[in-house]
Amino acid sequence: MLKTGYKDMFLGDVRKLDEILKYAKIEGEVAEIDASDLKHKELNDLMRECVQKGVKKFILRNVCGQRYIGTRLHSVGKLEIEIYGTPGNDLGAFLDGHRIIVHGNAQDGVGNTMNDGEIIVEGRAGDVVAMSMRGGKIFIRDSVGYRTAIHMKQYKDKIPVLVVGGSSQDFLGEYMAGGIVILLGLNLKDGKHKAHYIGTGMHGGVIYLRGEVEPYQLGKEVGIVELEQEDWKTLEKYVGEFASYFSLDADEILAGKFTKLVPVSKRPYGRIYAY
Amino acid sequence: MDMKMKSHLLPEFLVERIDERCTRCKVCVKQCPFDVHYYDEELDRMFAREEKCVGCQRCVVYCPRNALIVRPHPSTYRPNNYWTHEAIQDIKKQAETGGILLTGCGSDRPVRIYWDHILLNASQVTNPSIDPLREPMELRTFLGRKPDALELEVNEDDVELKTELYPNVMIETPILFAGMSYGALSYNAFKALAMAAKEFGTLFNTGEGGMPKEMREEFGSNTIVQCASGRFGVDPEYLNCAAVIEIKIGQGAKPGIGGHLPGEKVTATISATRMIPEGTDAISPAPQHDIYSIEDLSMLIYALKEATNYEKPVCVKVAAVHNIAAIASGIVRAGADIVAIDGFRGGTGATPKIMREHVGIPVELALAAVDRRLREEGIRNKCSIIVGGGIRCAGDVVKAIALGADAVYIGTAALIAMGCTMCQKCHTGKCAWGICTQDPVLSKRLNPNVAAKRLVNLLRGWSLEIKDVLGGMGINAIESLRGNRDHLRGVGLEEWELEVLGIKGAGE
Repeated sequence: MLKTGYKDMFLGDVRKLDEILKYAKIEGEVAEIDASDLKHKELNDLMRECVQKGVKKFILRNVCGQRYIGTRLHSVGKLEIEIYGTPGNDLGAFLDGHRIIVHGNAQDGVGNTMNDGEIIVEGRAGDVVAMSMRGGKIFIRDSVGYRTAIHMKQYKDKIPVLVVGGSSQDFLGEYMAGGIVILLGLNLKDGKHKAHYIGTGMHGGVIYLRGEVEPYQLGKEVGIVELEQEDWKTLEKYVGEFASYFSLDADEILAGKFTKLVPVSKRPYGRIYAY
Repeated sequence: MDMKMKSHLLPEFLVERIDERCTRCKVCVKQCPFDVHYYDEELDRMFAREEKCVGCQRCVVYCPRNALIVRPHPSTYRPNNYWTHEAIQDIKKQAETGGILLTGCGSDRPVRIYWDHILLNASQVTNPSIDPLREPMELRTFLGRKPDALELEVNEDDVELKTELYPNVMIETPILFAGMSYGALSYNAFKALAMAAKEFGTLFNTGEGGMPKEMREEFGSNTIVQCASGRFGVDPEYLNCAAVIEIKIGQGAKPGIGGHLPGEKVTATISATRMIPEGTDAISPAPQHDIYSIEDLSMLIYALKEATNYEKPVCVKVAAVHNIAAIASGIVRAGADIVAIDGFRGGTGATPKIMREHVGIPVELALAAVDRRLREEGIRNKCSIIVGGGIRCAGDVVKAIALGADAVYIGTAALIAMGCTMCQKCHTGKCAWGICTQDPVLSKRLNPNVAAKRLVNLLRGWSLEIKDVLGGMGINAIESLRGNRDHLRGVGLEEWELEVLGIKGAGE
């Protein structure tokens, strides 16, 4: 007979709001929160409470692994969230219009299924960045992990944008159905990207790579095409924005060699069935 | 080189026309989306291209003179128990196309149907049955996590509940409509499910195709919204309009694989609901690429709870497969409030035949194993269990609940109520009954008000039957039946099957 204890790892021992209010210092529309002693849910409870008190800007200090920052704050207008430390997984998951700035590194799942807003990371990010992202912009100064921008999608003028300053691991843009991904490779010593399976199953959107990439690193469903006038306009716009956030020289970045990847078909798997 | 190849396939159906009844009104020509019937002006006669007939019976029902009979074609290969007619036809089909065989609906293979080997109990002499015509019978069900214990504060003339309850959703009957997306279904069929759920006080499930904006306010509180691997149309508003959020990991008709809604079905309104461009394939990858472990699943469960302020139960739907009990335990420990298990018989709009026919296990065994395991681990109260995948009648519902389910999902049965005849051609997009199609002419055939009425009638009929059976058992609330396996007996089952089901053999 199996008998095991059960403890909710996430909700267990979460303190009530009145016990944690002391961690927030509110001055006008700005709240400063010391997160060092707060659990995931406590921090998000506290932020929600602050928003209800009229807070429009957060400064979170000593953040260390707290998940879902920004996720619960939908339908409350646009907020600004500045994070010092390392936010936990799913930073800005389902984000709905806020601007998040991380003065440090981020973990997995940045901008997961994000709807709108901006996330700026002054460092690197982990795996599954911008997964199923539907709108808004993400700027990562350094590199990202595996499975970046999987199944990013777009609808009409709602086009998500991801700019990564460094490099990516495998499966970048897998199943991508829309949106713009720009991978700048600024940290590549030999100028060669290492990722494999780039754009496997891609059927929408566009990936711009700065640096060298060999055909064997690409998925079967993407093709390399020449950049046109419009592409350079897109790059100037978003690389310019990227450079301004991290005090970099946009012209110098844009002087590099860019490769444009687009899907070969909107229907990559249309011909494998017998009707 | 492009060569012409004569098809070696035999027609599946024979179309017989009683000529003296036929008035050449050509209703059959208009009704058939598969282009079977045609009129020869010179001969003044109706003919049929039988090789195209799928046996959907639309023409038969709509022929004003009852002049048509459509039945399985008598032509057959030399009978062979091993190389069956179907096996030979499938090989020929693949030899002609070189593709994966595609089909719709759930598996019709002769794998043992455990429902039919389980019989129910009734009260005789030693305990009285209850008359459901006289006594109130309770079918109301609450879905969601329940606390381990209730803490009460008793004052002089007042009792106060101190325990903070988890979010639960109330349904009037333990029957829900299973996930079927707008895209797989026509708008009218999708809306009919929503209308029926609202009228009867139960829930329908959006599947993974999003929820049309104009339906959110009216039907949101009767909706289970799905968050699946494609994440189509998933935004904070979609999540927050619903009663329950379901993470779809797997589906009984195609465990372990994803799905494609072909580009030709992605019309303007479907593209707006799914938030993808018109005409693109809507591809749902096989896994959710942010879930590679129970830990990752937990991360998404709580992401959804965060996104909805912990106000809604989160359900995780999986296909019934090997080790399902351990999987379910992991799901509950990951924080799910509801576990949905979809069995081997589960239906679909399109699936590779090989997945439908060969992958997964019957839901009866999966359910019994999961319920037992969660009880043994002392965590059964942490979640509700919903089972689906081939629930055909109220008898199946009662047996499912006695095996430990809180409620059942019905998909195929709901479609049949609306008009489906199980021709298994959903994947062609040509549904003659206007259910599984995006063709505006065909989908107009289904009046959502009439279809909703049929669905409500079905729910009412089944609910009355469940009350009858409960009364016969001497039980007056569905709560008392849940996991009550004493009311079940097996017939014609092996020892190991009885053991997995946790029931005694008949006569014991």
